[in-house]
Amino acid sequence: MQNSLHINPDSCTGCHQCVLACSDRHGDDFSPIKSRIQIFRFEDEGRYVPYTCTQCEEAWCQKACPTNAISVDGNGALIVSDAQCVGCKVCTIACPFGTINYNADTGKVIKCDLCGGAPACVEACPTDAITFVNSSTTGFDKMRKWAAKTDAGSQPSA
Amino acid sequence: MFGFLKRLFGFADNKQTGSTQTGSSSTSEPKLSLSPSDSEKRGDQIHAEYVIVGAGPAAVCAAETLRKNDAEGTILMLAAEDAPPYSRMAIPYVLTGLISEEGTYLRGDDDSLGKKAISVHHAKAIALDPNSKSLSFEGGGGCSYNKLLIATGASPIKPPVEGLDLPGVHHCWTLADARAIADKAGEGAEIILMGAGFIGCIILEALVSRGAKLTVVEAEDTMVPRMMNTVAGNMIKLWCQNKGITINTSTRVTGVSQGTGQLDVAMDNGTSKSVDLVVVATGVKPNIAFLDGVGIDMDEGILVNDMLETSISDVFAAGDCAQGPDFATNGNSVHAIQPTATDHGHFAALNMVGNKASYQGSLNMNVLDTVGLISTSFGQWQGVEGGENVELIDVDNFRYTYLTFDGDCLVGALTLGRSNNVGVMRGLIQSRIKLGGWKDKLLEDPNRLAEAYIACRQ
Ligand SMILES: Cc1cc2nc3c(=O)[nH]c(=O)nc-3n(C[C@H](O)[C@H](O)[C@H](O)COP(=O)(O)OP(=O)(O)OC[C@H]3O[C@@H](n4cnc5c(N)ncnc54)[C@H](O)[C@@H]3O)c2cc1C
Repeated sequence: MQNSLHINPDSCTGCHQCVLACSDRHGDDFSPIKSRIQIFRFEDEGRYVPYTCTQCEEAWCQKACPTNAISVDGNGALIVSDAQCVGCKVCTIACPFGTINYNADTGKVIKCDLCGGAPACVEACPTDAITFVNSSTTGFDKMRKWAAKTDAGSQPSA
Repeated sequence: MFGFLKRLFGFADNKQTGSTQTGSSSTSEPKLSLSPSDSEKRGDQIHAEYVIVGAGPAAVCAAETLRKNDAEGTILMLAAEDAPPYSRMAIPYVLTGLISEEGTYLRGDDDSLGKKAISVHHAKAIALDPNSKSLSFEGGGGCSYNKLLIATGASPIKPPVEGLDLPGVHHCWTLADARAIADKAGEGAEIILMGAGFIGCIILEALVSRGAKLTVVEAEDTMVPRMMNTVAGNMIKLWCQNKGITINTSTRVTGVSQGTGQLDVAMDNGTSKSVDLVVVATGVKPNIAFLDGVGIDMDEGILVNDMLETSISDVFAAGDCAQGPDFATNGNSVHAIQPTATDHGHFAALNMVGNKASYQGSLNMNVLDTVGLISTSFGQWQGVEGGENVELIDVDNFRYTYLTFDGDCLVGALTLGRSNNVGVMRGLIQSRIKLGGWKDKLLEDPNRLAEAYIACRQ
């Protein structure tokens, strides 16, 4: 059974440990701008929302890729092959969630890869706002559940 | 919203019915009634349940979706070009040396389609007979189908200018074109690029990276005029000029002639230039001429409905050759971009297997990297009647954000110098998210797009 990231913004304190851990794990020298997980801060509501890819089952990024550079690994994560990615960025506009981004330093796109099954963000989170849980649900079910937690408090329509 | 996105892309109906997607060991592996090579030899008709004309991204996405939803039906793809199914939008990266030709192959490992029992037959379809449900091939032979998908893509247009048939004048559209350009576009080569549209600008980047001395000639008064407004187009132009590229906008090539060893190119600004290579990128037109007289409804491309059906039963069309539903205008458009090609292919396949799936229409969108300046364009950036717009310009840092709204929905966007979370512009527009109070926040600071998306998603 595969695990997926489960995000509970109500528990997020905005400490950014996940962001730092993510960029460190991916060799980006604690550069928050290159973290695959982002924290959005909603000042009016005093709310923080961790935000990253939900590994869609039918993934727009993967379909739009012209060089077959995006594949699904054994953990159900959509991963980018640096050898095959040409940096065309079509996936970055095709993904309607905006969770695959271009890294100008490497000329490749980057996205959450679930760290090969042991996500650094989960390990780093001191408040269990990000957990890695069993999931036998489909990508969209996963996403809907996840969305319910991350919609800045609002429930998604079915 | 997720329900909407699901309907939008039809994934809800996407049942997996077989094991063929993972390997070839299945005992019920589909077989064509004749292997293509046999049929070639005997000039016979091949029969396949599903025939796809073309071997580009629309075709490959369709073939794989067919297989995922129908484990049994035979699938035959026709490829006119002498290469395995490939993606032409990867060609610029062959020119930059980032990948080899093999890197453009849509399913790198040649056998990956074979493993899914998808046959690729190298033949060019030249005629369709919908009564006998068959196609004939150039040089003889043909095939018959139960369901047909036309995914023949588009071809570049040559403008009516003297001398464009001379050797040394090339399009940049096929792998064969790429080889010809690579041959001539070495370090220091003088090149004229005709057309600074979207495709022209992508080629521009590749030619510059090869060390060529580039002069760009564009008839309109800005760069990428169909993707960017004048402000952004001129910022891109200035950026390129700062990098030492000569950009002549509002200029036309009037003739090309053979000089001594080089080509002489005359322009309507009264100047002329001797160059090693002329690359023509002045637009494309759908490959639909072989359907003339068949009685299939065509306009700019093959007209298809929300199920990607043409006016002839059991015949579907997808990708650059199809004029499909346009999300923004509610009309039909040829968007001629990769994401539309694969979305079309996906939807056509679902409907071909009988899983009725309605496509909400394609959103025109582009992303471009012009020698390091990233630009994006989405939807109705020209604005809509009665709508509102907001513009944020930072000329010195080449940053620009322009948003257009209809009521409290985002309907279009242009950005320069932005590469993070750009996909949310598609999400906001194509999910018709009601921005509520976030509209005012965006009018105040249009760069808060990602926050608006996350806050409003419901
Ligand atoms: C240099 C370049 C850069 C590009 N960059 C981008 C980009 O950055 N972003 C983007 O979104 N789009 C880009 N595009 C456009 C993108 O490549 C096309 O939108 C996409 O390839 C369309 O896919 P398709 O399958 O509809 O058609 P094609 O890819 O054109 O495939 C059509 C297929 O049909 C075959 N065929 C044609 N006629 C016949 C026939 N009669 N019988 C049998 N086979 C036939 C062809 O050989 C080909 O295999 C670029 C294109 C080029 C050339």
